[in-house]
Amino acid sequence: MPDLRELYQEVILDHHKRPRNCRKPGDANKHADGYNPLCGDKVSVFLRVEDGVVRDIAFQGSGCAISTASASMMTESLKGKSETEVEQIFERFHDLVTGKTDAGDVAGLGKLAVFSGVRDYPVRVKCATLAWHTMKAALDESQETVATE
Amino acid sequence: MRTASEIIRNEKDLAFDVHRVRADFPILKQKIYGKPLVYLDNAATTQKPQAVIDALVHFYANDCANIHRGVHLLSERSTRAYEDTRTRLKRFIHAADEKEIIFVRGATEGVNLVAQSFVRPRLERGDEILISAMEHHSNIVPWQILCEEKGARLRIIPMTQQGELRLDEYEGLLGPRVRLVSIAHVSNALGTVNPVRRMIELAHRRNIPVLVDGAQAAPHLRVDVADLDCDFYTFSGHKMYGPTGVGVLYGKSALLEAMPPYQGGGDMISSVTFEKTIYNRLPYKFEAGTPNIAGGIALGAAIDYLEALGMERIASYEHELLKYATETFSQLAGVRLIGTAKEKASVLSFVVDGVHPHDVGTILDQEGIAIRTGHHCAQPVMDFFNLPATARASLAFYNTREEIDALAAGIRKVTEVFS
Repeated sequence: MPDLRELYQEVILDHHKRPRNCRKPGDANKHADGYNPLCGDKVSVFLRVEDGVVRDIAFQGSGCAISTASASMMTESLKGKSETEVEQIFERFHDLVTGKTDAGDVAGLGKLAVFSGVRDYPVRVKCATLAWHTMKAALDESQETVATE
Repeated sequence: MRTASEIIRNEKDLAFDVHRVRADFPILKQKIYGKPLVYLDNAATTQKPQAVIDALVHFYANDCANIHRGVHLLSERSTRAYEDTRTRLKRFIHAADEKEIIFVRGATEGVNLVAQSFVRPRLERGDEILISAMEHHSNIVPWQILCEEKGARLRIIPMTQQGELRLDEYEGLLGPRVRLVSIAHVSNALGTVNPVRRMIELAHRRNIPVLVDGAQAAPHLRVDVADLDCDFYTFSGHKMYGPTGVGVLYGKSALLEAMPPYQGGGDMISSVTFEKTIYNRLPYKFEAGTPNIAGGIALGAAIDYLEALGMERIASYEHELLKYATETFSQLAGVRLIGTAKEKASVLSFVVDGVHPHDVGTILDQEGIAIRTGHHCAQPVMDFFNLPATARASLAFYNTREEIDALAAGIRKVTEVFS
């Protein structure tokens, strides 16, 4: 049986209660919206990218603890990273929560490793990845709302 | 004069022995993560008694054949068993005739059939269809599609913060352009039992026909279409302890006779040439193609099961259980019920302060408790209460007070984790 505390770790609950970078920056030059029809989660991700580097990243939205914490921690971990690095972190994070890599294989993910518990809850993977897919759509300048269904 | 022991025995007969009933449902015996399964997602689908499962197995093991066409014995048996269900359904909802019972896939198809065959041919630009603010998407979207095509208007009967329809407003909405009223008997998201009998009477005074979506009512209340005087009534087998993929549309025969077929195919015709096809009589005119034969037969077993328990006894037991659950919820700090109508059935929609319903659902699942979280296919209801989603526990007659206590303990755990 998966341990509930693995999913709802203190750091996740903390980011849920006090999400970081939860705002709409006036100088963002990339933006996308995401929606999870299953649970009604909505997220908008804003980025300011200059010379291929994420200078600022923020989000707004409403969602469950997993999706809010994931969005919040994503903004913290991607600020200052190059687009290539963002791509790599996205892939690693995705592989971690979908169980493609070992739960212990968290190199380069830093604090994001707390999301390894999500792999035991297949229906919650979409919550953890919604903000990430939305961020990716913003970077790719996709005009369509990201839906996880 | 009866002896004391006889009276006691009779009272026992009257009492609802929930533990005996539970033994009829094999799925309820299992453990989830080592804890007893507490199944409280009955508004999504109900579990099946052994009698229903046996009917499915018996059909495939003994009687499997297509209906209405074979001269051989198996076909005769399957046809008889399938048509027997129609007879039972007629009795169950107090219809006047078997031909008023149309087999469909479920309530969704029932609504679509009425939309396409009854309303579509008579709907003109500027006409109106009236639904309520608490409808399931399946009683919204078919009308939107139709209104868009015809340039008609979909109008909404508003509700109060308690989740009760505003009958005063309803009367005002029953204008000369309204071609149909389509309303839920019981709301899946709020549990409200709507005063459909009164609403039908008001519509009929203005010669407006009424379709009732009974998907959430048929499992919980005694349905009497003759007493309601509704023009159409639809419900799903799987929400009333029968199999998925089979449901019923009841329609008054005079209306059904005048309607064009819904789909073309086998079984709905009496003769076909390339020049002209003559449609079959009711109810077969609306039953194109091989239906869910096994499902239909097993739905008959579900009806037998419900009638043996008695719909009045079921309703009274569930009413007491809902009352107990509502009182239990009122003791839970930080928990708010959404939908507090005076007349309710089965449903407890709720939110926990500061916790998203999806997190509530995951934590309860770990306790072996199955509830639904999300918008319950009723997004306009969520918008009305300004919520992205709710958690919903929905009761069946096999649920117990102990399970309500387990749910309350689970919710206390949720608040603990998020404290």
